[in-house]
Order: sequence, then structure tokens, then C-alpha cells
Amino acid sequence: MTSDIQKFEDPGLPEHVHRKADHDENAAKAAEKKVAILFVISALGTLLLIGSYYFVKSTTFIFLPIMGDTNAQQLGIGAGLGIALLFIGLGAIQWARTLMPDTEVVAERHEFRSEDKDREDFVATVKERAGAAGLGRRSLIKRSLGLAVGLVGLSPLVLLRDLGPLPRKYLSTTDWKSGTRLVLDPSGRPIKPEDLEVGAVAQVLPELPAGTERTLENIGKDAVLLIRIRPEEFNLDAERLSWTHEGIIAFSKICSHMGCAVALYEQQTKHLLCPCHQSTFDVTRAAKVIFGPAARPLPQLAITVDSEGYLVAKQGFTEPIGPSFWERSS
Amino acid sequence: MSKKEQIAGNVANYVDERTGAAKWLKKNLTKVFPDHWSFMLGEIALYSFIILLLTGTFLTFWFDPSQNEVVYNGSYVPLQHVSMSASYASTLHISFDVRGGLLMRQIHHWAALIFMVAIVAHLLRVFFTGAFRKPREFNWLIGVGLLTLGIVEGFLGYSLPDDLLSGTGIRIAEAIIQAIPVVGSYLAFFAFGGAFPGHVFISRIYTVHVLLLPGIFLALITIHLMLVWYQKHTQYPGPGRTEKNVVGYPLMPVYMAKAGGFFFIVFGITAFLGAFASINPIWLYGPYTPGQISAGSQPDWYMGWLDGLVRAAPPLETHAFGHTISWNILIPGLIIPGILFTGMALYPFIESWMTGDKREHHLLDRPRNAPNRTALGAMSLAFMLVALINGGNDIIATHFHLTINGIMWFTRIGLFVVPPIVFVITKRLCLSLQRADRELVLHGRETGRLLMLPHGEFVEVHEPLSAEKIYTLTQHEQNAPLALPDVDQNGVRGATGLKGKLRKRFSVAHAEQVPSPTLTEAKAIEHH
Repeated sequence: MTSDIQKFEDPGLPEHVHRKADHDENAAKAAEKKVAILFVISALGTLLLIGSYYFVKSTTFIFLPIMGDTNAQQLGIGAGLGIALLFIGLGAIQWARTLMPDTEVVAERHEFRSEDKDREDFVATVKERAGAAGLGRRSLIKRSLGLAVGLVGLSPLVLLRDLGPLPRKYLSTTDWKSGTRLVLDPSGRPIKPEDLEVGAVAQVLPELPAGTERTLENIGKDAVLLIRIRPEEFNLDAERLSWTHEGIIAFSKICSHMGCAVALYEQQTKHLLCPCHQSTFDVTRAAKVIFGPAARPLPQLAITVDSEGYLVAKQGFTEPIGPSFWERSS
Repeated sequence: MSKKEQIAGNVANYVDERTGAAKWLKKNLTKVFPDHWSFMLGEIALYSFIILLLTGTFLTFWFDPSQNEVVYNGSYVPLQHVSMSASYASTLHISFDVRGGLLMRQIHHWAALIFMVAIVAHLLRVFFTGAFRKPREFNWLIGVGLLTLGIVEGFLGYSLPDDLLSGTGIRIAEAIIQAIPVVGSYLAFFAFGGAFPGHVFISRIYTVHVLLLPGIFLALITIHLMLVWYQKHTQYPGPGRTEKNVVGYPLMPVYMAKAGGFFFIVFGITAFLGAFASINPIWLYGPYTPGQISAGSQPDWYMGWLDGLVRAAPPLETHAFGHTISWNILIPGLIIPGILFTGMALYPFIESWMTGDKREHHLLDRPRNAPNRTALGAMSLAFMLVALINGGNDIIATHFHLTINGIMWFTRIGLFVVPPIVFVITKRLCLSLQRADRELVLHGRETGRLLMLPHGEFVEVHEPLSAEKIYTLTQHEQNAPLALPDVDQNGVRGATGLKGKLRKRFSVAHAEQVPSPTLTEAKAIEHH
């Protein structure tokens, strides 16, 4: 840009325009009254809060459009609190806008950079002090200090070790074994094939030995979904078909993607859908992933019936259930 | 001197003799703060944080962060005699048997959502106006830290009640930890004190949620504000405003009254939301058990983009040498967020490298006058929005009768296609707005009044702008691309290599601009 091109000049701060209340005493009085009214409304809000707290029963519900039935006590306390706070704020701002001085003020800025002299002095001081401490010369101290600080910094790794046990084989195993009965969740009753109609779904867990209590950790890896369809609808290889029983097929209910419960079964399409990330599994094809981020089918549990006619596991799961982890081999 | 003044004087004297505060206060009570609505976004975040501290403290008086199993016998009939964790039972107790408890829970949750919205809005304001430039890079970094911690803090907070929905969220977090190569299963077992869900996780995250993170927040917010105070606030360009001054209202009384009043307004509105708008009705979900789930599982909005990325991920896993790597979790859950947040944190330094600009900036840019930056911001925002939409794909599918499949594919393609399109459109839009400004300055405002000239021609009367307005529209700097030599002093071509070429291209893109009109041009037009 050449120097003979002129830019538009800065006209400077516009002239201040005074408000009516600045010079008219009556207008100022009116403004004061307005502010006071706002503060009084706030005080009424607190009264509403107190009144609702003591005099409205916690079992009273009132109907509000859109919101539906709403607890009157909570509503009264909340509305009271809202009014009490909001009107303090409105009052203060009204006060600032109408009565406090509204002339804009100009302040200067200063560069943050220190003066050259200060910087030089600083560097000189640091050098001198560091030299006096022998930081540069005494390398033995420097190195041993580095070692000491570094090691003490690692100590939390040791101290936090007892946060939990090592995973060992836990993630790769479940409580299903050959002959374990399938029991309904939550009733705990064993189940026979005839209890399950074609098209029906049931959540089952392994029957635990008497005296053992079922924990959420057990459920988190043992939960199994039973689905019954017509046997001719299966599209399975011979081995997987032999894992089913009279059209009943069993899958781990724990999603192979991120471990959510795969709970949505579409009877018409025979698809299982995980509501977390919409991974979709085809029941007729051994829970093959047909949509979504899951990379593996849901593990299938081989089932049969025992001598009393109850459904049992033919064997445990042949692969780890649930989301992937580093030690998983397939 | 009146009695009151005498007492005040005595108190002031007592304090000053022990602290020397008078000098500091004298200077700082008249400290100037520029006024603009967009400067209140950060204030909303600050006030929401205070609301969170107050309501959160209230909740801790009754909340029992324990996964011990109890049988509920409170006043919510549908869940009576149901076994659940103490933490879920105590949340029900707060909601139904503590007067004002449900209100406080709802204010707390609303304040958390507003906190995050305000942080993001504040971040966008700072980004699009270039307020992060020298000397404010530290505050940008602290802000990115606060945003990241805010996401974690929010997630931990809604995990505490241990209801079916939040337990599912924890299950997903566990899967992400477990997916980390080599150490994943160990980290997961350490975090949960054994197998998921275990008995210690809620009490552990409780400590992190109410002590550790709020402490870090307080420290970071304090530094953030001290830096704002020390460096003085940026201001929008305009007549009388320069890089060397700051124009606004003094702290006492105007700014104090406005900021203080605004705190009460934010608190009041949040209280109304808590009173009237139900949020996270945990009693409808039931206690957590890993074998159950509710349809339409959704995280809070600030986690939605992450969930959307996870949902959009293709089903990729590598199995080799007896080990598994889940790309379908690692890429959307850790790698992309890592890249996004690192890029965001480094942006001030990247821009300064691209433009070679190492000067201090206290006057804000109008977003249109920095087209490249504005377009980059809009592009990132577009990416996040596409991801966020996919995070609600099940809800959107059922509400708008679309297929989840369709939304998923829109996302998978859109994540790559939409951001570049948004970049180009935004940049064009900024340049067009600059052209419009130029037009306005040189030819004045269209009045809509038509004038018939003596020879029959109709013209529209244009009214010249005020000197103030003209200055506001023309004061911005004219960017010039970096003059980087292709050949260095020794005649070596491309001495800076790929990095240098890249820098040059970026710098050219960044300098693209419609020339600002000048007085000389305006005079030339007048003479015609």
C-alpha cells in the first residue's frame, strides 16, 4: 500500500448521551421506585418458597400443561427460589442501567514485555544464583537428584496397585459349564422347551450351586437371551445347528461391541438390536452382525435338555463374551 | 463526618494497616471492563459453576455414594421392596422425601448442562473473534482444559445415581478403557476394583466428582480470571477503541452491579428450569443391572458427539498374534477426540505460525474479517454437529420416521463431506460480507427513497454512513501473505521443505481478503 492512500480516520469516542434520570430529579425518583419494586417482588418470592416448604403437602400434585402432573411442593419452592433470585438480579441491573453513572471510561494498556534491563538483570540473577548453587558444575548431584525425583514420581504406580485385582482369566470365562441349567431371570425357575412358544424371548442365567449368591458381576457376563423360532428358519452350519434345541437358540446378551444388554428383539425380521449403538444381529445366522459398529457376532451358547427335560448348557461359551480386550485371541 | 462514615473509616483503617489493601483496591475498583453481550457467555459458565457448587453441596448431605445393596422402602411406591444400590436409593430419597431435594437435583443437572453450553459458546466467541491471540494463549489452553474436565465431570455426575441409564453409560466407559491396547483390561480392573460393575466404582468417582475435579476447576478458573484481570479484557473495534486502550465501565459500581445482578439472573432462570422442567427422572429407569437396558439410551448433549462417532464407526477389529485391537472403539472413542482436542489447544500457535503474526492483539476481529479462521471454525463445528446428530440417531429415526441405517450412512459420508463444504461456503460468505461492507462505506446506506432526475432517470438515494460506522467497518488490518523466499540466502531451493511450502500456502489462504475501502477511494468516487 503506497503512502498517499489515506485510510478513514478514527473519529474518537462518540459524545456521551445523558439519560433522563441524569438531570431530571423526578425521572430519577421514578427509576428508584422501579428498582425497589423489583427487590420487593424478590422478597415475595422467598415468602412463596417458605410457604411452599411448610404448608404444601409433599403428596400434592398439580397438572401443568406440557409438564404433566407436577409435585406442588417442589414446584412452589422452585418457583419461589426462582423469583427471589431473578428479581434481585433484575433490580441490580435496572439500578445500574438507570441510576449509576453510564459514562464510558478509557484506560491505557501497557505492553506485558518487561523492560530490556529487567530481563537482563533477571537472567544475570538466575545465572549467578544457579552458579552459586553449583547446578552447572556438580553433575553428580544433578544426576542423583534426577534419579531420586524420577523414582519418587513413579511411586504412585506402586501405591495404586491395590486399586483392583489382576484380570487373569476373568474376562474370558463365565459361569456356564456343561450341564448348567438355564434359569429364568429374575424368578430363578428352570425352564423347559415347551415353556417357550415360537417367537418368544426369555432372559436366562446359569443356575448357581445352592448357597451361592448371584452378583451383578455374574449377571454382567452370564446373561443369556433365549429365542425360539421355527427350526427351518435357521441358516446355520451343522455344528451351530446342533447347538440349538427344537428351534431354541441361545446368545450371550452382553453386546460384543461395548457390553450393553442386547435387549431389543424384532420378531418379524428375527433381528437383535443393541439400543446403545444400534449394532444389529441376525438370529437366524448365528447372530451375524448385519449393521452397526459391532465387529463380532454375539457368542452362541450350545444348549440341550437334561434327563428331566430342562434346558441345560451343552458346554460353556467357546469364546469370551462381551466387548473386546487386548488378551482376547479371536 | 457522619457516624456511618466514621465506622467505615475505622474498619478500612484496621484492614489496611494489616494488608496495605487500599492502594491495590483504589486502582482496581476503577478497573475498566468493556461491555458487550458476548462477554457474558463466560460469565454464565462461571455463575453456573457457583450454582453447581451450592446445589452439589446440598445434595451431598443426603447422597450415599455406595453400591451396597439395600431394599428401598421410601415413598415412591413402584420401587418399594426392590433391591438396589444405596446410591440409587439415596437419590430416590432426595427426589421424594427431602423437601426441595428434587428441585436441587434438577437445578444441579440443568446448571451442568448450562455450564457446558456456556463454555462452548464462550469458546466459540473467543475463537471467532480471535481473542485467543497473543498475549492470551495461556487462557485459551486453560479454557480447553476446563472444557475437557467439564465433559468428564458431567459424565461422572450423571453416573452417580446408579440408575439403569447411567449404569449403561459406565458400562460403555468400561468398554472404552478395556479396549486400550496392552493395558486395557488391567486399567479396567483397577478402575472398578475388579470385574464390572464391582462395589467401589461409585464411591471412587464420587470423590473425583465432589473433591478432586472441583478443586482443579477452582484453581484453573482462578488463574483464568486473574489473567483476564491482569491482561485487561479485549474489546470490539470501534471509534475511540485502539490496541493501546480499553473503553468500558468501571468495576465499581456499574460493572459490579451488572455482573452481580447477572449472577442472580442466571441462578434465577436455572431455578425456574429446575422447578418447571423435569430432567433425568431416574425413578423411571430403575436400578442398574448389567442384564437390562432401556430403549433410547442417550448421554447428555456434551457427550453426544462422542457417542455419535462411536455409533458411526465401521465394524473394524484386528485379531493377530493372539491379541485383539478394537478399531471400532479406539478410533471414535480415543483417537479422534484426542486429535480434535489437541488441534483445538494448539490452534493459537498454528495460526501464529501460518500468519507469522507475533504481535499483541487486544482489538477483536469481526469474524468476517478473518475468513479463513471463521471457515475453519465453522468446519469443525459442522463435524461436531454431524457427529452429534448421529448420537441421537435412534431418537431422530423414531421421531422423523427415518431409518437408522439411512442416518448412519448420512453420518459416515457426512463426517467427511460436510465439513469441507461448510468451509468453502463460510469463507465465500465472509468475503461477500466484506464486499457488502465495502459497498456500504463507499456508497452509503440504501434509503429506499427513489428520486426522479430531470431527464427522467430514477435513482435510489443513498445516505452516507456516520464517521463512527465507517471507521468500525474499515479499521481492520489488511492481511498480506508471508513473504517467504523460495530460495534461501545461499541459493538452496526450498530450504524449508514441505513445512515451508505448507506454511506459504496456509499464509496465502489466511490472507485472502476484500481490500478495505479507503478515504482516497471514497474521495475519488465523490469527484465523479
